Amino acid sequence: MLNVEGLGFNYKTRKVLEQIHFGLKPGEVLAILGPNGVGKSTLLRCINTIHPPATGTIFVDGEEVLSLEKHEVAKRIGYVPQRSEAGKLTAYDAILLGRKPHIGWNIKEKDHKIVESIIMKLELDKLALRYINEMSGGELQRVAIARALVQEPKLLLLDEPTSSLDLKKQLEILRTVRQVVKDNRVSAVITMHDINLALRFADRYIFLKDGNIFAHGGHEIVVPETIEQVYGVSATVEELNGFRIVVPNEE
Amino acid sequence: MEFIEGKMDELKEDTLPLAYTGYIRKKISFMIISSILLFLLLIYSIAVGAANISFTNVMAALFGYDVGNVSTIIWNIRLPRALTAIVSGIGLSVAGVALQSILRNPLGSPYTLGISHAAAFGAAFSVIVLGSGSMRSTGADAVMLNNPYMTTAVAFCFSMIATFILIAIARYRSASPEVMILTGVALASLFTAGTMFLQYFADDVQLAAVVFWTFGDVGRADWGDLGILTAVTIPSMVYFLLNRWNYNAIDAGDETAKGLGVNVEKVRLWGMLVASLMTAFVVAFLGVIGFVGLVCPHIARKFVGDEQRFLLPASCLTGGLLLLSADTAARLMLAPHELPVAILTAFMGAPLFLYLLIRGYQH
Ligand SMILES: Nc1ncnc2c1ncn2[C@@H]1O[C@H](COP(=O)(O)OP(=O)(O)OP(=O)(O)O)[C@@H](O)[C@H]1O
Ligand SMILES: [Mg+2]
Repeated sequence: MLNVEGLGFNYKTRKVLEQIHFGLKPGEVLAILGPNGVGKSTLLRCINTIHPPATGTIFVDGEEVLSLEKHEVAKRIGYVPQRSEAGKLTAYDAILLGRKPHIGWNIKEKDHKIVESIIMKLELDKLALRYINEMSGGELQRVAIARALVQEPKLLLLDEPTSSLDLKKQLEILRTVRQVVKDNRVSAVITMHDINLALRFADRYIFLKDGNIFAHGGHEIVVPETIEQVYGVSATVEELNGFRIVVPNEE
Repeated sequence: MEFIEGKMDELKEDTLPLAYTGYIRKKISFMIISSILLFLLLIYSIAVGAANISFTNVMAALFGYDVGNVSTIIWNIRLPRALTAIVSGIGLSVAGVALQSILRNPLGSPYTLGISHAAAFGAAFSVIVLGSGSMRSTGADAVMLNNPYMTTAVAFCFSMIATFILIAIARYRSASPEVMILTGVALASLFTAGTMFLQYFADDVQLAAVVFWTFGDVGRADWGDLGILTAVTIPSMVYFLLNRWNYNAIDAGDETAKGLGVNVEKVRLWGMLVASLMTAFVVAFLGVIGFVGLVCPHIARKFVGDEQRFLLPASCLTGGLLLLSADTAARLMLAPHELPVAILTAFMGAPLFLYLLIRGYQH
C-alpha cells in the first residue's frame, strides 16, 4: 500500500530526514515514535507531498505520488495536521470540506451520505450543528479526523491525533481508525507520543532518531534498549492484561 | 473505496439530515429576503429625489413605457446611479470577503493592500502634474474635473503598479498573509506620502480637485462606466464563487488546505490579483468608498456564518444593499445637494462595525 524509499528532506540547510525506507501493507496501522523535533511531522508532510522530499520516492497503492496532481494526491491521502484553525462554521460543514477533492461543481447526495455515516461512526451527531470555533480542543480534533475519513483515502496520515483527547476518546478514536483501516483495507500512519497507546492500536512501529529510522518492526522492537537509546530514559517493558506496556524507571 | 458500503441502514435517516436542511434553509431565506429588499430599495431609490416619481411610473418606465420627462430622469440619471451603487457595492464587498480569507485576517478589505492609496496618488498626479484638473464650477452644485477620463486612467495605472509590486513581492516571499499585509501597509504609506508631497506644491484649485476626486461618489458613473464596472465585477464574482471550496479549505488552516489538495500559494496570489483589479476599477471610476468592503462581509457573517458557499453570495447582497441605501440617503439628506456616498459609508459603516463587534463578543 505505502512504500517509501530513500526519502530525505532538509529545511533550507538543516538536515531533518535521511534515507528513510519503509513499507506498509493494506489493513495495517503504523505508529511513528520519537522525541520532539526529530521530524515526525515532517515525515508525514513529505509523504503527503506538502513538503516535496529532496530525495527518494513514495508509492501509494502502486502510484508514485510525487508525480500526481495535488487534488489527485488528496483523493488518495487523508492528512490531519497537528494544528488546524476554526471559523464560525458548523462541524457538519467542516467535515463536508473533506469531500473537496471529490467535489466537482457542487455537493452530491453521496457526499452528504458519507459525511453522515462518518458522523455517526465517530459519534459526532450531537456536535454536528455546533460551530467549531466554540468547540473544545478535543472536539475539534475529532472533527478534523472525521474530515480526513470522509476523503475516503487509501492512506491516512494522522499527526498526534489523540494529543488533546480524554482517556475514553483516545481509545474510541484509535479504535475507529483501526476499524476503518481493517474494514476498508487501507493503511494509517500515526505519530504519537504515548507509547502505551501505540502498543494497543498499531501493528507496526518506527522509532526515529537523528533523522534516521532507529528501529522498525512489530511489538517485538519495543524493548528497554530501544526506549533508552531513543528517548534517553530507562524503562521497563512488561505484559499486562495481554498488552505490552512501557513504564519508566525514573521518577 | 467505499467507506459506507452496506452501512447505510444503520443511519438514523431522519435526525441529522433534517436538522442540517433546516439550518441551510435559514441561510437561503436570508438571501431570498435580501434579494427582495435589494429590489424594493432599487425601486425606492429611483422614485425618490428632487422630483418624486410615483412607483407606478417607475415600474412603467423600467418596463419601457414612455412616461415623458420621468423616463429621461430615470434612464439617464437615477437608474445608472443606483445600478452603479449596487455593482460597486457587490464588487467591494466580494473582494473584501475573499481577502479576509486569503489574508487570514478579519480586517482584510480592498484597501488593506494599498490599492486605493495608489489610485488616489494617481489622481493627484494626474491633476497636479499632468494638469487634468483645472476645475470649472458648474452653476448648479458641484465642482467638476475638467478631464475626468485622464484622471481615471492615471489612477487606474497607479493601482495596477501597486498590484504588481504586491504580487512580485508575494511571489518572491511565497505569498504568506503576513508578507502581503505588511507590503500593503508599506505601499499605502508610500503612496500617501507621495500624495502629500504633490499636494504641498499644488495651488488651491488643484488641491480642491484632488480632494474632490478622493470622495468616492457613485453619481460619477455614466452608462459606459457602469458597463465597464459590470464587466469587471461579474467575472470577479464568478471567480470568487468558483473558488469557494478553496477559501473554505484555507480557512481551516494552510496545512489542512494543502492536505485537501489546494495549491494554497496559487489560490492566494490569484485571489489577490482579482481582488486588486476589482478594487482598482471601482476606485479609479468612483473614487475611494471606504468601509463597504470591510463591513458588508461582517454583516453577512452575522447572518450566514463563515461558510463560503453562503458567505460569498450573501456578502454580494449586503454590499449592494449597503451602498445603495447609503447613496440613497446621501442624495436625500441635504437635498437638493447630493453628498458623495463615501462620506455616508464611513458614517454608517463605523458605528455598524462597532455594533457588530460588541454584539459578536458578548458570548
Ligand atoms: N518550517 C520549518 N523551517 C525550519 N525548520 C523547521 C520547520 N518546521 C520544523 N522544523 C524543524 O525540523 C525539525 C523536525 O520538526 P518536526 O515538526 O517534524 O518535529 P516532530 O518530530 O513532529 O516534533 P513534535 O513531537 O514536537 O511534534 C525540528 O528540529 C524543527 O525545529
Ligand atoms: Mg510534530
